[in-house]
Amino acid sequence: MSETGGRNPGTSLERGWFEDVQVNRSAAERRAAGLAASRTVKKQYQAAWLLRAIQCIDLTTLAGDDTPGRVRRLCNKARQPVRQDILDELGVGDMGLTTGAVCVYPTMVPHAVKALAGTGIPVASVATGFPAGLTPLEQRLGEIRYAVEQGACEIDIVITRQYPLLGEWQALHDEIRAMREACGDAKMKAILATGELGTLTTVYRASMVAMQAGADFIKTSTGKETENATLPVSLVMLRALRDYRDRTGHQVGFKPAGGLRTAKDAMNWLALMKEELGGPWMEPGLFRIGASSLLADIERQLEHHVTGRYASAAHHALS
Amino acid sequence: MNIKDIMATMDYGPAPEDAGPVAAWLEARGRAFGHFIDGSFRNVEVADSIVENPANGKVLARIAIAGEAEVNAAVAAAAKAFPAWAALSGFERSRYLYAIARQLQKRERFFAVLESLDNGKPIRESRTADIPLAVRHFYHHAGWAAAAETELAEQQPLGVCGQIIPWNFPLLMLAWKIAPALAAGNTVVLKPAELTPLTACAFAELLAEVGLPKGVVNILHGGAETGSLIVRHPDIAKIAFTGSTAVGREIRRATAGSGKRLTLELGGKSPFIVCADADLDAAVEGVVEGVWFNQGEVCCAGSRLLVQEGVAPRFLEKLRARMNRLRIGDPLDKTTDVGAIVSAGQKKRIESLLEGAMAEGYDLEQTACRLPDKGHYIAPGLFAEADPAATVSQVEIFGPIAVVTTFRTIDEAVALANNTAYGLSASIWSENISAATELAARIKAGVVWLNTTNLFDANAPFGGMKESGYGREGAREGIAAYLKPKRGEVTKPYEAPAVDFSPAPTPDGSADVLVDRTLKNYIGGKQVRPDGGGSYAVRDREGQVLGLAPLSNRKDVRNAVEAALKQKGWAGNAHNRSQVLYFIAENIATREAELATLVQSMTGVGRRAAEREVRQTIERCFYYAGCADKHDGAIHATKARHLTLSLKEPLGVVGVLASDEAPLLGLMSMILPLISTGNCVVAVPSGAHALVAHPLLQVFDTSDLPGGVVNLVTGERDVLAKTLAEHAAVDGLWYCGTGEGAAHVEALSASNLKQVWTNGGQAFDWSDDVVARGRDWLDRATQVKTIWLPYGA
Repeated sequence: MSETGGRNPGTSLERGWFEDVQVNRSAAERRAAGLAASRTVKKQYQAAWLLRAIQCIDLTTLAGDDTPGRVRRLCNKARQPVRQDILDELGVGDMGLTTGAVCVYPTMVPHAVKALAGTGIPVASVATGFPAGLTPLEQRLGEIRYAVEQGACEIDIVITRQYPLLGEWQALHDEIRAMREACGDAKMKAILATGELGTLTTVYRASMVAMQAGADFIKTSTGKETENATLPVSLVMLRALRDYRDRTGHQVGFKPAGGLRTAKDAMNWLALMKEELGGPWMEPGLFRIGASSLLADIERQLEHHVTGRYASAAHHALS
Repeated sequence: MNIKDIMATMDYGPAPEDAGPVAAWLEARGRAFGHFIDGSFRNVEVADSIVENPANGKVLARIAIAGEAEVNAAVAAAAKAFPAWAALSGFERSRYLYAIARQLQKRERFFAVLESLDNGKPIRESRTADIPLAVRHFYHHAGWAAAAETELAEQQPLGVCGQIIPWNFPLLMLAWKIAPALAAGNTVVLKPAELTPLTACAFAELLAEVGLPKGVVNILHGGAETGSLIVRHPDIAKIAFTGSTAVGREIRRATAGSGKRLTLELGGKSPFIVCADADLDAAVEGVVEGVWFNQGEVCCAGSRLLVQEGVAPRFLEKLRARMNRLRIGDPLDKTTDVGAIVSAGQKKRIESLLEGAMAEGYDLEQTACRLPDKGHYIAPGLFAEADPAATVSQVEIFGPIAVVTTFRTIDEAVALANNTAYGLSASIWSENISAATELAARIKAGVVWLNTTNLFDANAPFGGMKESGYGREGAREGIAAYLKPKRGEVTKPYEAPAVDFSPAPTPDGSADVLVDRTLKNYIGGKQVRPDGGGSYAVRDREGQVLGLAPLSNRKDVRNAVEAALKQKGWAGNAHNRSQVLYFIAENIATREAELATLVQSMTGVGRRAAEREVRQTIERCFYYAGCADKHDGAIHATKARHLTLSLKEPLGVVGVLASDEAPLLGLMSMILPLISTGNCVVAVPSGAHALVAHPLLQVFDTSDLPGGVVNLVTGERDVLAKTLAEHAAVDGLWYCGTGEGAAHVEALSASNLKQVWTNGGQAFDWSDDVVARGRDWLDRATQVKTIWLPYGA
């Protein structure tokens, strides 16, 4: 992480960094498709990459029917994401493998904190009127403060989509800046809801403004939009992130969310991180995957790697 | 490496493709291959030319080399098979092409591995580009065969086609050649490159598998000598060649006067233009696909980067970072981006160009990656400040090296882009649709990619302008190159009337006129005396002097070409061109009687015939005036969300050596299609009947024809033809004359590969509307520019 203690301090709104940028969708799609076709990881390398993917997962439940019991079950899966005998066979039984974090709604934070006590696994909370973000700003900021007080050390905020859609960049910057202040020491992930932004150019610009406003991570989606994380959208956000790093020296993290369901997806995204940014962005400090069903597929692939036989989900603990 | 160690580095690790089935196939054939002639494999026992794996230098197989006996046998087999193959219904031919496509698709992996072993290209590219594109080509042409009865009506095949292909995309180039030839009903003798013959050997087995009739496709192996035997074989009707410009020139010379049709897809030094308003990251990926794809061994590689000066530092910074992430190594590893150069010889050629550039003072930056110890590898690289004066900015490197220079304005980008002998492709990067389309319009190249590069489809015409060759592959244009109109052929030799071009006075007298008339050359819209200051007597059939015509020399031709080159704007507006052509008709009509008298007195034909010639000339003006805005391009159905356009652009400056047969109608029948489509013309009227120029230049002068569009220079045909044929700034040449003269201009045209049409030394009936006008004249006057525009907001 950068010399600022792992945080992105942000900058004032710098329109010159993004207003001239145009993203060509066809070219981005071509690059994304080509990348997925040109990178593959086999055998023990594949197992290592899948284990790394688990370490980057923000294991998530964001449903209206979440309960303390449901959250506890999720947390226990986060502590033991893969059956121990599989980990032993892979030679990593002693490394204390966990997911990157557990991600819940604000009122579920205390239950998650309790379930994860002593594990070192951070609790992340969505906030700010997730997923639409259209409650009054004061309430949204209050929600952040509540989640932090309850023990969340990472906050996934949603932005007001109106601002990027109408080009109201100063308003977007001000809003995210205020949220960042409300987060205090908690790391802030800014959800851009890219599926609702219309163009990749807007995705790039919103990414840049979020980073200028001090986001520690930029995140694609709430998981509730009709289009969630895609490789082309992620590619564009990573390019914004790279440009921001080149201009400021600050390293900002990236979190694709919603849409990563298979082990193959996880590998594609890790390869994207490696190609566009390199090593540090393949670690949980700068890379998270927001997912709920992904882990189950990875666990099955790992068992297949160990046994050479295809696995059944019934043999793996539910999250 | 254990898993924990890997988690510390997060490397990709090896991901080798299994070459086992291909190795077993090679072993089963004793690693020796012969020719495929008349449906059987021959000369395996003398297979002794080595085919190596460029990735490690090991011998993959041995191959036979075809000499005269094998070439004769293959051509004879193809000629024997031709009548039956051509007589098959479209559906029957389609069935075979469909089967080939299907079988190839079912063996995709096998062919991909074999191609990568033989050529050194990354398996990812052979799997995602070479083989699928080859399959697509056969499907597309199965479609042409199926639809031939309506879509290619009144067309017939040419006969035996000799096809010579390069080593950079062996199976794909085979598909590009064989598929249209077969769909159109021709039979084939194909020679793969000596360095990469193996997928063609496997393809021959596939042909046997689908039961293609014997002799329809014959595959001969060998190098330049075998190629030369094919090119010179008298029973071959057409040569299709893809390869270097140098060999293309040799083939043009070798086929001159033979009557063989010729299409050439040659080299390039294609511009890759990055405007300040481009998506720079996208453009960086474009360079990866444009320059480093297939180790840069791509004729249409966008290897000449022109970057707008203001963004050049940022663009280069991004490009360098990207270049350093390229993975170079084992072609059979699925994560390899850049494989091996095809041979030690090619590697040496590239290296000597790089050394030359460094000696000229240009800095080469290459990736720091470690190259494999064995095999022919060159690290991808770039010359960041290689201006046009650098040799590497002018010659085709055919390796993974880009050259970069900067531009300031769109005008300058156009000037730099066109500052090359080649004209194969261009890649343009700008998010400003107005700027991008202006660049696309003004760059002389056969294929233009907007915000993308190296896109191909069987339904998009591909081929070059200028010294990148002529003819198109793919789409209707591609199959048209394997067809000719269904009609009888004239076999009456052209008779050139004797003309005395002496500048000396003619004491036997001249025509009795009130005031002496002076015919001058018509250059740049002005009447100009000939440079040599001489004239010769034009006589009637009885030898009576009718008047004097300028006796022009090479300098007059030079001046006329200059005037034509200076002409701007004629190509711009089809409606205006048609208005001028109608006006020419109008002005000829007002002189109808005078022109008829002139034709009558010069040629000695009867009054009726002379009047008919004038009347037909007027009709032809109307015809081409009408066609001016109707010889349209097309929109091609290619990939999803891609607008693929083809435009029919004029050749540029075209020389015309007119027929003596019908002095007015013949001359105008050649000039009109050219100017109707936007060309500028330097025309030499019949030497025997040069006085026709006199009324014509007055017609042109009074018809709003802009100066320089038509230039008339009189004199001795074959003297002036030589200067025009050799002129490097003349883009096309249409010649009527003797067989010897036609052969001569064809051979001379090789110097800049201008597009030549001749009468083949045969008599021509200019009054026959079927042969003397029509769409094929317009096609001949134009060349296709294909523009690819992917879209998506």
